[in-house]
Amino acid sequence: MNIVVNGQETNITDGLTISELLVEENVKMPQMVSVELNGQILKRSEFDQTVLKDDDKVEFLYFMGGGNGAD
Amino acid sequence: MALTEQQMERYGRHIILEQVGGAGQEKLLASKVLIVGAGGLGAPAAVYLAAAGVGTIGIVDGDKVDLSNLQRQIIHHTPDVGKDKVVSAQSKIRAINPDTKVFTYNKRVSAQNVREIIRGYDFVIDGTDNFPAKFLINDACYFEKIPFSHAGILQFDGQLITVLPGRTTCYRCIFGAPPPANAVPSCSQAGVLGVLAGVIGSLQATEAIKSLLGIGELLTSTLLTYNALTMEFRKVPLGRNPDCPLCGQNPRITELKDEEQIVCDLKNGKC
Repeated sequence: MNIVVNGQETNITDGLTISELLVEENVKMPQMVSVELNGQILKRSEFDQTVLKDDDKVEFLYFMGGGNGAD
Repeated sequence: MALTEQQMERYGRHIILEQVGGAGQEKLLASKVLIVGAGGLGAPAAVYLAAAGVGTIGIVDGDKVDLSNLQRQIIHHTPDVGKDKVVSAQSKIRAINPDTKVFTYNKRVSAQNVREIIRGYDFVIDGTDNFPAKFLINDACYFEKIPFSHAGILQFDGQLITVLPGRTTCYRCIFGAPPPANAVPSCSQAGVLGVLAGVIGSLQATEAIKSLLGIGELLTSTLLTYNALTMEFRKVPLGRNPDCPLCGQNPRITELKDEEQIVCDLKNGKC
């Protein structure tokens, strides 16, 4: 089935959860990512149970520091 | 306050803009912007806001200029290495525009000092490099009801969002709480393209000016992401989070507190 991940049409296996998608998309540090599903921010505790459906829109939002000083 | 002849000339390119005009320029001259972090993001923001004639600029930073800063922190120059960043930034702002008053805060923001520092400013630019500070600025701006611009950069990627506290999606709506310390890649470990800071910091300055003038559409409830390698800008609409611990339906954060400080140790190359 097809979903949209960060604006890109992506073909995934049926029945994939958010946690599994993070693995499939090679997100190395899932702790560094907030996930928005169809316009709503998901709780981290929901990643394992949330099963993706056809046409879902997923955004991986990364923690980014940067800016001044030592960083 | 009427513009002088010199100011008419200096700000002429603004004044001929229909959305700015003489009245808008006077508004900028009467405005106060606080920049937290005189680094990669804060440097271009400070330079452009000073050039634009923002009347008061506050700069908060407790660090000194390091040689490794100069690759991207364009407000600091080679002879400034070793100087306090706020002193270095202040001298450049004064040289760019004598109309701009500069207030310096040679310290890091903390739960104890941040509200007092930001109070009275019209807009805050978060140009900090660490997550506890980013959350602290988000929370302090919420309690003081001051609009602000969040931004972050890493390697070739940048992001920013403008927050009107209590009205639009906040930083905690999206990210909740700082990530665990060992999960944080920093620019010193992962690198950052210097000009990326210029792109994103300049966008923050743009949002500040729009907010001060009340023109255009602010980047609210929308995270703008940018990748320098693909030159792709994306606007990701993000609704307010009803579970947000700060501005959600059942807020759990009712006063400021310092999040666990995750400070990168450059010398030992670890966080």
